[in-house]
Amino acid sequence: MLFRVAIAFACLFIIAGVAGQPAGDTALAVQQTIAPVTSLIATNHEYDNGTGIDLIWVPSIDDRLAPSRVTGYEVWRSVVGGSGSRIAELPAGANKFTDEQCSRESTYVYSVVAISVAGNAVSISTAPIQPAREWINLHRLNLLAIAFLVSAAVIYFIQSARSGKKLFVRKIAGLDAVDDAIGRATEMGRPILFIPGIQDMDDVQTIAAITILGRVSRVVADYDTKIKMPVSRSLVMTAARETIKASYMAAGRPDAYNDDMVSYVTDEQFGYVAAVDGIMVREKPATCFYLGAFFAESLILAETGNSVGAIQIAGTAMPAQIPFFVAACDFALIGEELFAASAYLSNEPKQLGSLKGQDVGKAVALVVIVVGTMAATIGSAWDVTFMNQLWSALKVVFQTN
Amino acid sequence: MKRSTYIVMAVMALLFAVSWYFKAATYHGNVMSPLVAGFMITLAAFLTLAIISFVYQDNPFYKFAEHLFVGISAAFWMCQSFWSTIVGNLIPRISTGLSKYFGQPYRDEPWNFVYWLPVILGILLLLRLSSKIGWVSRWALAFIVGTTAGLSFIRYLRSDFMEQISSTMVPLLAAGNSGESLLSNITLSATGPFVAMLTNWVIFLGVICGIVYFFFSKEHTGLFGRASRVGIWILMITFGAAFGYTVMGRITLLVGRLTFLYKDWLGLIS
Repeated sequence: MLFRVAIAFACLFIIAGVAGQPAGDTALAVQQTIAPVTSLIATNHEYDNGTGIDLIWVPSIDDRLAPSRVTGYEVWRSVVGGSGSRIAELPAGANKFTDEQCSRESTYVYSVVAISVAGNAVSISTAPIQPAREWINLHRLNLLAIAFLVSAAVIYFIQSARSGKKLFVRKIAGLDAVDDAIGRATEMGRPILFIPGIQDMDDVQTIAAITILGRVSRVVADYDTKIKMPVSRSLVMTAARETIKASYMAAGRPDAYNDDMVSYVTDEQFGYVAAVDGIMVREKPATCFYLGAFFAESLILAETGNSVGAIQIAGTAMPAQIPFFVAACDFALIGEELFAASAYLSNEPKQLGSLKGQDVGKAVALVVIVVGTMAATIGSAWDVTFMNQLWSALKVVFQTN
Repeated sequence: MKRSTYIVMAVMALLFAVSWYFKAATYHGNVMSPLVAGFMITLAAFLTLAIISFVYQDNPFYKFAEHLFVGISAAFWMCQSFWSTIVGNLIPRISTGLSKYFGQPYRDEPWNFVYWLPVILGILLLLRLSSKIGWVSRWALAFIVGTTAGLSFIRYLRSDFMEQISSTMVPLLAAGNSGESLLSNITLSATGPFVAMLTNWVIFLGVICGIVYFFFSKEHTGLFGRASRVGIWILMITFGAAFGYTVMGRITLLVGRLTFLYKDWLGLIS
C-alpha cells in the first residue's frame, strides 16, 4: 500500500515536473510578447564626410497593431570583432535612424531592440557596413550652378574693369563725406578714431572694414593726420597694421607709420567699450568711423562720439544695430552699402567688378521673385497647371536643403 | 591732483569701508567668509557706480574701473584661449610629451595634417615679431581672410540669396480666389485670408523695393528711384521697430543692475 502511494506521489511529482517545463515555456512566451523589428537595413549616409550610416526598418508588428505595447526602440551598434553598445533610444513608431558618430576606418554591425513592459525583442543584425566619404554633394548642384553664375558675372566685370571699361556705381550717401571728415580732423589737429567692430577676421564685415581702412589711412597719410585704432582682436590688429603700413608706403611716407596707431585692448566686449569711450573723451577725435560687426556697444560708442562733437560715419550689416547708427551718427552705411563702400572708395577693378557681379545676382533675384510670385498667384487663384508647375520648379531650383 | 580730488577719494574710501563692514555683518553666519563676501559685493557695487559715473563725465573712478576691467579681461581671454584652444584641443592631438607636461590625456589619433596647419599658421603669425622675416605673417593672414571669404560666399548665397528668393515667391491672392469674392468678404482676423494676402503683398513689395535700393549699378531716378524710396521707407520702419525692441532689452539690463544695487548691496528691496 505504502509502495503504491509512493509510486503515485512519484508519478505526480514527475508529471508536475514534466508539466512544469511547458509551463516555463509559456512564461517565456508571455515575456516574448512583442515581435522584433524586421527588414533592418544599414546604408551609407549619402554626401557626408564618411561619418554617417542610415538605418531603416519595419517596426514591430505589435507597434502597429497595439501601439501601447511597444514603448520604444533601442539602436545598438558594435564594431566588427568588438562588443556592442546602445547608441540611441527612440520612441514607439520610429522606423529610421542616422548614426552620425561613425569612423571611416571602422566596420559596424547594427541591431534594433523593440522595448515593451513584458520584455524586449532583438532584431537580426545588419550586414557589416563601413561608412564612406563623398567629395561632392549632388543634392546641392543648384547651389553650385548659382555660385558659378554669380562668380562668372564677377569675373566678367573684373576683366571688363581691367580692360579699361568704365563701370558705373551710383553715389553712396555718406562716402563722399569721408575725405571731408578726414580734412576736418587735419584742420582741427585732432585724431581720427577707426573702430572695425568687435568681431575677428573670420567675419566678412571686419574684412570689409579693413578694406575701407586702406582707403581711409591712405588719405590720412596724405593729409598727415593722426589715426587711432583700438581693436578687440589680435588678428584684426595684425591685419590693420599691415593695411595702414601699406597705405603709408603707397603715399610715399613709410617713415610716418607707427605700430602704435593700432592697439589691442581686450577681447571682452564691454571692457573694450569702456576703453574706447575713455579714449574718446580724453583724445576728443574729430572723426569717428564705426565700420564692421557691432552688437550692444554700437549705441554706447556712437553716443559718446556724439558727446565729444565728432563727425561720425558708421556702417554695419547687423540688422539690430543699424537703427542706433542711423539715429546717432551723421552718416550710416546700411547693410550691403558697407560692402559696396570699399569698391566705391577704392575704384579698384577687382572690387568694382565684384560689386557689379553682385548686382547681376540681385537682378536675377528680382526677375525670379517677380516671375515666381506671378506664377504662384495665377497658379493658386485660377488653378493653372502650368503656372503651378513653374512655381514648383523655381522652388526646387532655389531650395537650400 | 587737486585737494578736492583727495577729499572725494578719501570720502569714497570711507564709504567703501563702511559698506564692507555692514555687508560683512549682514553675511555673518550665512557664508564661510563674511569678510570676503562683504568685500566682493561692495567692490561690485562700487565698480558699477564707477562705470555709471561716466554718464556725468570722465573721472578717476571711471578710469580705475576701466583699466581694471580691460586689464583683467585681456589677461583672462589670453589664458582662456591658451588653455582651452592650445592646451585643451591642440596639444593632446599632436604631442605625447607636451600632453604629459600639461597634465592632459593624450589622444592617440592617426597623424592628421589638419592639426598641424594651425600650428604652422600660428608660427607664421608670430614671425611678425621679426623685422627681417615679418612679411611671412601675411601668408597666414591671407589664408584666414581667403578661407573666410570663401566660406561666407556659400553661407550668404544660401541664406541671403536662395532662401530669400524661395521665401518671397508667395501667392498674392488667396488659393482658389481670384479676387471677386475676397473683396466682398473682408475680415481682419489675423488668420483670415485677407490678412494673409496683405502680408504676402508686404513681403513681395518690401523685398522687391529693398533689393532695388541696394542696386548700385543704376542711378536711382524715375520709377527705379521711386521703388528705391519705398525700399528705404520700409527699411526705416523696420529699423524703428528694431530700435524699440532693442531699447526694451537695454532697459531690462538697467533694471538688472539697479536691482543688484538696491537689493543685493543696499538691501532696500526684498
